[in-house]
Amino acid sequence: MADWTDAEKSTISAVWGQVDINEVGPLALGRVLIVYPWTQRYFGSFGDVSTAAAIMGNPKVAAHGKVVCGALDKAVKNMGNILATYKSLSETHANKLFVDPENFRVLADVLTIVIAAKFGAAFTPEIQATWQKFMKVVVAAMSSRYF
Amino acid sequence: MSLTAKDKSVVKAFWGKVSGKADVVGAEALGRMLTAYPQTKTYFSHWADLSPGSDPVKKHGSTIMGAIGNAVGVIDELVGGLSALSDLHAFKLRVDPGNFKILSHNILVTLAIHFPRDFTPEVHIAVDKFLAALSAALADKYR
Repeated sequence: MADWTDAEKSTISAVWGQVDINEVGPLALGRVLIVYPWTQRYFGSFGDVSTAAAIMGNPKVAAHGKVVCGALDKAVKNMGNILATYKSLSETHANKLFVDPENFRVLADVLTIVIAAKFGAAFTPEIQATWQKFMKVVVAAMSSRYF
Repeated sequence: MSLTAKDKSVVKAFWGKVSGKADVVGAEALGRMLTAYPQTKTYFSHWADLSPGSDPVKKHGSTIMGAIGNAVGVIDELVGGLSALSDLHAFKLRVDPGNFKILSHNILVTLAIHFPRDFTPEVHIAVDKFLAALSAALADKYR
């Protein structure tokens, strides 16, 4: 779907290698649910999401954050083949979960912000550019089976 | 999505912390936008150097953050308060308003980097709403 230089591939691996999914996943998903509250529509069975504190303390939100973030691992390990890697996940989100693909863009942006906060100045503009290219391809692949 | 009284007070309080570093934040946000979203460079073809940290980027980043700081001061009346800037962007600069969202994202990334403890989810939502309202006010005169 996209061409990756060796430098880009190693940047993505290096960034991902320093991301603790168990920490970043819950932070990112929680932040999405707080900053874009309409996204809570998908999580009716998760219990109390009525306040920011409830969301950040909700164990189901945390668990799901780990699942979602964990799925990014597949893309990092298959950068040459992201479209095929996410074919069935895209179909599931389109046809079973009925998730608006706009949410993939939203999550990608919030994840970028959470990672930036963790890395600080080490998340340079150049690293951000490569990371955002990677996010763009992941989002496109996750959106690819929506007809 | 209009700004509530709480949104406005969160933005004002946070901006109090940001204003000391406004120039740095502005320059960095602009540099990040030009690097991570290269299509935005089309508006700056008259600059010799578009790299992060270059003189034109630092100067213009400072201009932008100054204007955003002023907008915090007129947060109750953004459309009126930004009327002249809207004229400028609509008729002279003719920047596609889609780019306001892109710059806003890069401002959020920069704020998260420089204020990791203060840029909580509650601050994030208020600032995101404010930048969206600001962008709408900036686009007000476009057509």
